[in-house]
Amino acid sequence: MNADSPIGQVISLSAKRLVQDVPAPQHGDAVLRDVLSGGPFDAAVTGFVLACLPEGDKPVLWVSDRMSRRENGRLYGAALGHFGFAGKVLRVEVSNPRDVLWAMEEGAACAGLAAVVGEIHGAPEVLSFTATKRLALRAEAAKVPVWLIRSGDHGALSAARERWRLSSLPSRRHPYNPAAPGPPLWEAELFRARGRSPGVWQAAYDGAGQPKRSKDRLRLLSRSGDGPLAADHRTAADLAGG
Amino acid sequence: MDRWRRITAQQRTLPGDDVPVVLSVQGTHGPVIHAVSAAARKRGILTGARVVDVQAIHPDLHVEPGEPAREVKLLDQIALWARRWCPWTVRDGVDGIVLDISGAAHLFGGEAALLRDMATRFRMQGLGARLAVAPTRGAAHMLARYGPAGCICGPEDMEVALAPLPVAALGVEDKTVQLLQRLGLKTLGALMQVPRVALMRRFDRVAAELNPLVLLDRALGREGAPLDAPPEPPRWLARARLAEPVIDPVPHLEGLARDLSGQLAKAEQGARRLRLTIYRVDGEWRSRDVALAQPSREPAHLLRLMEGKLEGIDPGFGFDLLTLEALVAEPLALHQDHLDGARDAGRDVAALLDRLTARLGPQKVTWSAWVESHLPERVERRQPALRGEGEAVPVLVRERPLRLLEPAEEVAVLYAVPEGPPAQFRWRRVAFRMVRHEGPERIAPEWWRDKAGTRLRDYYKVEVVDGRRFWLFREGILGDGRGGDPRWFVHGIFA
Repeated sequence: MNADSPIGQVISLSAKRLVQDVPAPQHGDAVLRDVLSGGPFDAAVTGFVLACLPEGDKPVLWVSDRMSRRENGRLYGAALGHFGFAGKVLRVEVSNPRDVLWAMEEGAACAGLAAVVGEIHGAPEVLSFTATKRLALRAEAAKVPVWLIRSGDHGALSAARERWRLSSLPSRRHPYNPAAPGPPLWEAELFRARGRSPGVWQAAYDGAGQPKRSKDRLRLLSRSGDGPLAADHRTAADLAGG
Repeated sequence: MDRWRRITAQQRTLPGDDVPVVLSVQGTHGPVIHAVSAAARKRGILTGARVVDVQAIHPDLHVEPGEPAREVKLLDQIALWARRWCPWTVRDGVDGIVLDISGAAHLFGGEAALLRDMATRFRMQGLGARLAVAPTRGAAHMLARYGPAGCICGPEDMEVALAPLPVAALGVEDKTVQLLQRLGLKTLGALMQVPRVALMRRFDRVAAELNPLVLLDRALGREGAPLDAPPEPPRWLARARLAEPVIDPVPHLEGLARDLSGQLAKAEQGARRLRLTIYRVDGEWRSRDVALAQPSREPAHLLRLMEGKLEGIDPGFGFDLLTLEALVAEPLALHQDHLDGARDAGRDVAALLDRLTARLGPQKVTWSAWVESHLPERVERRQPALRGEGEAVPVLVRERPLRLLEPAEEVAVLYAVPEGPPAQFRWRRVAFRMVRHEGPERIAPEWWRDKAGTRLRDYYKVEVVDGRRFWLFREGILGDGRGGDPRWFVHGIFA
């Protein structure tokens, strides 16, 4: 057993010191997921959600409230192709979070949608534990993945099955120009999850610029660069429990 | 002209009565006058003249675009409305309506009383009308346009009434009118006296509906000209008459929706547009409209759409009549769900669109459509979801930010460098220090659309210390002669 790492997790060096991929959020399990923004004016959340959206020709419902549009800007449809998204987006732009939640609930009950994404800024009162619980139940009943983007919120109570926190990291090296920002790199922290163990990863999107979506678009690398944190964490927890 | 006056009066102030107003349409050689106002007619402005010529003579001329197609549509509607007087009505050309009042005039107290009633009702609608009664359709057509106002002519004085009219009243081609006038036949009376054989020989190659002899025969009743009235469009309407005025419409809605969907099912139609109207006891009425993305006649779906709409409806002292009408219906055949019980995904989405639009409004539920433009804020156009299908995302060559600020927000430059973006800038009260940047990408203004003096933009992708990436642009360059020092804006955020 090793000592605790700075991020509070036990790392045991595996025999093969290779960087291994940790499975990204599966699109198969249609549940409610919260994505929190690590800092203000950070579009890493949007990129992460887009990269996780399922493929197919079904439309995606994207609901946003006025504050999140003012704070973080509107979703720019022309750039969706950079994250391998080629489908259609049904945009619902309303003013208050109450309408966002209502539209998301309507969408979560509609099996004809590929996914439902909602954006709410801050922690308004209507976004209570009950509201998220309703969303989660609806999403699981109709088998529609639901993503809730919460910017400017430091982790209020939520019934989401997975809760992520995303923030930007300095980008990777640009292949041709060292003075230019390269492909994006994010720090993805899964801080609460049902059925899998939490962890912190560096997330990179590989399919950028390719029109066809590749199978493994999103790569989650363990931050230490030594091994998969999540797997190690599970073994560590098992050991601790045993 | 009257249509234009009515529509314009709702939106802005009409020009004064003494200002000549004309409606123009595109002709072969530029715009020509399509309709004139009373003031313009008094000054001698004629339809068919070119707008530029008339403008040279009357500099104060007020020109508005005319909409001939919509005028014809309005005439069709008026023809249906005119069935209040008699059952056979049809639009006549592009400027008239024919009513077959045989056997109907006595219901209104004779032909003179009927004409008075028509004139009053047209005036109430804000429309001017020239009316004439004649035993044949052709004679009525000519008398209404060229005869004295409100003239009534019987079968015996028909020739006398038609004789003084000019030959242009026949509605033949200009060429034919010119030829007849050259022959000295200026009025219909003169034409009637010419031997038929000579006329027939002269015009034997002309089609029947442009042949002056045939038209004259039709007008005088020597040849039949039947009226082909279109059938009345079907109306889908469910009514609930209540014995006593009530305040809450909700309990009656289900019955209405069932009734309406039964009517629609019988005709294999589905509603695209619904209107619920309540008629209050004080004589007022209130209505609510709902649009649907796909035709539907499911009572449950129609009911759900109406749910949110009833809160704002003001029942006053109660209402005693409730109607639910399908304003627009489209064919909808019986539809079977999948055998495994799964529902059709497309229909699910259409129903979702209906519900979202009904509650949030058509402008808030949108698909994206794409415009070919270099300016980032113009590339994406939002169209209401009920108006049509969305388009898939286009493939872009240049990298664009995932989130776009609309409008772009100005940043304060803290530390400028001669080349490239500012090394330090402040945006939304936060200071940022630039680490890496890429650019510039220059986007010039679209001169065919933008105002003169719009400055070009140099876009940079800028990464700050903690890794966030912004899309900055500098508006203009130093010394481009379009304003002072260039300013910096942040326009988007990269993921």
